[in-house]
Amino acid sequence: MPKLTIDGKEIEVADGLTILQACEQADVEIPRFCYHERLSIAGNCRMCLVEMERAPKPVASCAMPAGEGMVIKTNTPLVKKAREGVMEFMLINHPLDCPICDQGGECDLQDQSMAYGLDGTRYTEPKRAMAEQNFGPLIKTEMTRCISCTRCVRFTTEVAGVHELGQTGRGEDAEIVTYIGAVVSNEMSGNIIDLCPVGALTSRPYEFNARPWELRKTETIDVMDAVGSNIRVDVRGREVMRVLPINNDDVNEEWISDKTRFIWDGLKNRRLDTPYVRDSRGLLIAASWSDAFEAIAKQVKKSDAKKMAGLVGDLNGAEEIFAFKTLLNGLGVDNIDCRQDGSNIRPEWAGRAGYTFNSSINGIEDADALLIIGSNPRLEATVLNSRIVKAIKHNEMPVGLVGEAVDLAYEYQHIGNGAESLNELLKGKHSFAKILKSAKKPMIIVGQGAFIGDDAKAIFETIATLATKIGAIKKSWNGLNFLQTGASRVAALDLGCVPKDKKSNKSTILAKSKAGKLDLLFLLAADEMKLCDLDNSFVVYIGTHGDVGANSADVILPSAAYTEKYATYVNLEGRAQLGQKATFPPGDAKEDWAIFRALSAHLGAPLPFDSLEELRTLMYKTVPTLANIGGLDAADMGAFASLKVSGEISSTPLLSTITDYYHSNPIARASAIMDDCKAAKAAAIAEATGTNG
Amino acid sequence: MMATIKQTINSLFLREFVSAFFLTMRYFFTAKPTINYPFEKGPLSPRFRGEHALRRYPNGQERCIACKLCEAICPAQAITIEAGPRRNDGTRRTTRYDIDMTKCIYCGFCQEACPVEAIVEGPNFEYATETREELFYDKDKLLENGDKWEQQLAKNIELDAPYR
Repeated sequence: MPKLTIDGKEIEVADGLTILQACEQADVEIPRFCYHERLSIAGNCRMCLVEMERAPKPVASCAMPAGEGMVIKTNTPLVKKAREGVMEFMLINHPLDCPICDQGGECDLQDQSMAYGLDGTRYTEPKRAMAEQNFGPLIKTEMTRCISCTRCVRFTTEVAGVHELGQTGRGEDAEIVTYIGAVVSNEMSGNIIDLCPVGALTSRPYEFNARPWELRKTETIDVMDAVGSNIRVDVRGREVMRVLPINNDDVNEEWISDKTRFIWDGLKNRRLDTPYVRDSRGLLIAASWSDAFEAIAKQVKKSDAKKMAGLVGDLNGAEEIFAFKTLLNGLGVDNIDCRQDGSNIRPEWAGRAGYTFNSSINGIEDADALLIIGSNPRLEATVLNSRIVKAIKHNEMPVGLVGEAVDLAYEYQHIGNGAESLNELLKGKHSFAKILKSAKKPMIIVGQGAFIGDDAKAIFETIATLATKIGAIKKSWNGLNFLQTGASRVAALDLGCVPKDKKSNKSTILAKSKAGKLDLLFLLAADEMKLCDLDNSFVVYIGTHGDVGANSADVILPSAAYTEKYATYVNLEGRAQLGQKATFPPGDAKEDWAIFRALSAHLGAPLPFDSLEELRTLMYKTVPTLANIGGLDAADMGAFASLKVSGEISSTPLLSTITDYYHSNPIARASAIMDDCKAAKAAAIAEATGTNG
Repeated sequence: MMATIKQTINSLFLREFVSAFFLTMRYFFTAKPTINYPFEKGPLSPRFRGEHALRRYPNGQERCIACKLCEAICPAQAITIEAGPRRNDGTRRTTRYDIDMTKCIYCGFCQEACPVEAIVEGPNFEYATETREELFYDKDKLLENGDKWEQQLAKNIELDAPYR
């Protein structure tokens, strides 16, 4: 614990901190460009120079470890002169094009030159100019503006875990370039836009669209995957202009995936803005809310409760799932399924611990061995995958994979394709079994891909037995994790949205519907199916986009997307987080819970709540964990110990449930930016494999 | 007593009448400050802040680069801008540039904020309209103003340049 003096104030800081971090703790602001808390230290911008007593020249505070007895001064003429000098050098080759630069108004260089720079220039020579780079459809480059801080390079290698960017040349020729033949196509590339302290890397879809001072900012929760990344939605008028990450050390740190960041144009396209009812000719006709409710009431009257079913989609908040389930249960329907990915996992197998990420996302960093089963975390939970990259970088954590061999951005030992290789691990035959056994904090991440088949229960029991055997479930360590992909899945499982009949699941419901054995099927923004599945039954679709569900629905009730409502989202850890309303739903669309309340009145049995608060009170009574906003209750792991393997495991390969990453939900499918990403990714793969002719 | 005599003499000799007559005569023969508007017009300072115009470069390219500083500075919030990359060359341009002349308070902050001297308040003050709607200027109208007044605008900017 070194003690040092900063601007006459004595402060004791933790071991291993740099002077810059010590200054931050002493509330002294140090300007910086290249330094970033979550990246390695580069020390190449020199903006953080401070004066240190008995040092012959100013020291770069970001790269100098704090030492016992150091006397640091940050407000002396020497420091001022040093900063002005560095800033002048920085601006020698930086163009003065702030008025046409998208970073204008939120630019580190702009702010810091106002605060620490000189007011004029002594430089009259021509400035350097650099050619633009192709960084793909998401990132626009203006390399003339680059100040060579290398944050983008460090991010791609250290956080995204891929080698796509590098710096070449020296001095005036220094340039950020992609690796030869490589393109920036990792799923987190958008973060380098935020990291860039100048306007060298800006968002291409957002190009010239708005200025930061025009935007109304709302902090909310993302629903593109089950990580529950904390985001800020920037709105101008009623239009969502962009999505940015906000910091949450427990969940997403300060990264978000590209899908989260660039989904916003999907919120404007193909929206359902008025109720529709299918008429006798088979055409969807715009209708009033009461007409639509009347049409549903008529069908409900004709239908047998046993022949009704409900499917819950991936993007819903807990409130509407609760309202949906209460409404359907009130009608006598118990065939409600939320497992849209086709998983057969059931909450009663092991309680809440049987479907959540028990070690928490932070726990990944403590693990010292990792076994991934039936999952591709890079696509299923991109930000979580970067935590795995971090853990590998910091503790050299070995990784094993059971399932399809895919590019995970890190090296792993491929144990086998099918679940039968779990038996090998269980018997200790495989070499990775020893690694797991000797690990102090072994971790298992199980994707929903493991539970697609009929042998789901047997696989679940095998995994539980394996986890107990290798010591992944201990008093002090819960290392058995289940990775969900839908943002609404954990909340829906908490609320018990699985069919009462144990044999029933999404595919049986859809098969029944296809065979015409269902009288009425309710889809709560559920779209992961084929059009023909819905042809032969009366379908009520409550959702936001004109996707598969709406296409073959008989009644469409337009609802609010995640940026347009107050809702609780439970992430894969089981952490409840509140989403806020950033803008309004389009046209006549209403918030989902209000739709169900109004519909229930038409059906003659009003739901027992009139406001969101009343709904929440009731919901918290049913599932108390949902009331713990932002916090995390440790799930009870007791149930795993008593599980015994009770069936045979087939050798079917375990595939990830995410097959089409950029089109995995109705909003993404409506997004032109996601189309571009998909095309760019395909082109990159074709280029890399030489299959582009 | 004296006051009564003074008043009597003044009224007998029509003193006020005569002084008023001389006042009238004096103004009758001095030069007239009024001008025969609209056929004659008074001088205007180069800094006069009248009707707005969007200027172009001599080669015809529009100056405005959609930086939105005028929109940000406008205290009456009379300016509305939407921007985007121009279709043919991808440069930053306005897709919409509206000024609500009924909101404008003619403070001149917009031309102060403009980094490229695109938006200016010109010497024209004769743009009264019959309807309110005609005072909602759009980009076409503003550019047309710029083309119409360019000579005068350029001259005014040049004259004022030493004092900026």
